[in-house]
Amino acid sequence: MSTVVLLIVTGLGLGALYFLIASGLSLIFGLMDVLNFAHGAFLALGAYGTWWAASFLPGAGPDGIGFLLALAFGVAAGTLAATLVELCVIRPLYGRHREQILATVGLSLATPALLQAVWGADPLTFPKPQLVRGTVEVLGASIPRDRLLLILAAAALFTALWLFNSRTRYGLIVRAGVQDRAMVTALGIDVRRSFTLVFAIGGAAAALAGALGGLYYGVVTPTQGMSLLIFAFIVVVIGGTTSLTGCAIASVTVALVQQFANYYTVAGLGDIAVVIVLALVLLTRQGGLAAKKSAERVA
Amino acid sequence: MTGAGPLLEAADLNVWIEGSHILQGVSFTMPERGVTSLLGRNGVGKTTTVKAVLGLVPRAGRIAFDGADITAAPTHAIVARGIGYVPEDRGIFAALTVAENLRIAERRPGPHRYDLVHELFPELERRRDQPAGTLSGGQQQMLAIGRALLNDNRLLIVDEPTKGLAPRIVREVADAVARAAERVPVLLVEQNLSLVRRVAGDAVVLDAGRVVHTGPAADLLDDADRVRELLGVSRAAAPAAPAAATDTEGRPTP
Repeated sequence: MSTVVLLIVTGLGLGALYFLIASGLSLIFGLMDVLNFAHGAFLALGAYGTWWAASFLPGAGPDGIGFLLALAFGVAAGTLAATLVELCVIRPLYGRHREQILATVGLSLATPALLQAVWGADPLTFPKPQLVRGTVEVLGASIPRDRLLLILAAAALFTALWLFNSRTRYGLIVRAGVQDRAMVTALGIDVRRSFTLVFAIGGAAAALAGALGGLYYGVVTPTQGMSLLIFAFIVVVIGGTTSLTGCAIASVTVALVQQFANYYTVAGLGDIAVVIVLALVLLTRQGGLAAKKSAERVA
Repeated sequence: MTGAGPLLEAADLNVWIEGSHILQGVSFTMPERGVTSLLGRNGVGKTTTVKAVLGLVPRAGRIAFDGADITAAPTHAIVARGIGYVPEDRGIFAALTVAENLRIAERRPGPHRYDLVHELFPELERRRDQPAGTLSGGQQQMLAIGRALLNDNRLLIVDEPTKGLAPRIVREVADAVARAAERVPVLLVEQNLSLVRRVAGDAVVLDAGRVVHTGPAADLLDDADRVRELLGVSRAAAPAAPAAATDTEGRPTP
């Protein structure tokens, strides 16, 4: 029993990490029709920004308020990078998918190379605040505290994005823009501002994922973003490209399948199990889990 | 700028879409008052002309609105100058509710004419929380027109508002267009010649991407030979017998 509880909660923690990455990816693709392969770069910048600030930024540190400050620095770094990428790289390439892929793939390769050039290829030990060290007992299972933090962060992000989508004018524009960008423009709305905002939000979520991923793995590496991005893309395909709820369900599904398959079969088989789930979804529901709930898109 | 010159002026508009030369030097002006109807057979470039005015398709030529050159302006900036647009496909956001479809059209700082919209289309108020995608075609058209009427616009561009609607709904939509035309100039793309006769002051006729006629709409519709020649319709809408009228595709209109 305790093993199952452990697998479920740690699976939820991994799913939370996937959701943090995939939610921004899904928003960006849904609204802007941009397959953003540079998303992993924002994640890496968030992780390295947090690590750097915790190590070197005056006032920040590896614990307590200092860590929160470091985390805010890392998220700000990812957000700023995402904003600049949208303004300077993506904006001139709207509607030009091949060029978008080339540019974002280029960024996804250049960023780890840059990080490696500055801080080396070896994993860097990520600071772990006292609060998230150790475990807590849940139904007889010892659950690492950092997994619970990830779940809380993902739940907070889900709520924040839901409120953004349902309660703000920008959210309304995003939901409308996902359906018909040209018509939003024909209503006198500069949809490009929403694009920049969505890109920045996606970058912030990815950077947060990078920092919390550092807690999850205990280290940061230049290529961490790229490996997590693969699973985030799978989540987006399974969840549907325009549904936040679908994205959350897919994140949890992928992570739980991975955890259980890895534990009950052979370690490493979890990744294959995820690919099988992806294939099943593509064969049975091409638009993803949320495909038929068109009225609830991006909600 | 008001009171001097045309409200809308298109000069030598050219549009190419996927290698096809759709608009070939379209030029026309629209006065500051009344309804100007853009007529022509299917596929002559009426909707493309409207999209070119709004910057929704790449185009060459010059467009001036309210005295200002808007040729280089992006669509959102053109519309924000005071244009309400009802596209041919209605352009409603299916996953948004009726109220949200109206709310997203609100331009700052207002005012927003919810009273007028709900007076014209009380059904929109009753169905305010219903997803727009579940509305009937007529209700969706009402929503699209209501959305265009929400702001104090200087011009309404309405593209085939009665297309595909049941006769009863056609009358309701036609009434709304006529009512809107009392308040604001309208550029109306329409195949229903009864509606054109009822509301339009001027007519611009397109054929194969070119303007082939401009002048008072009533004069054109009274000239059966000219209507047959330009629009391919055997009998234009007569004021005394609208039930016997036909549209530009030769179908009877209500």
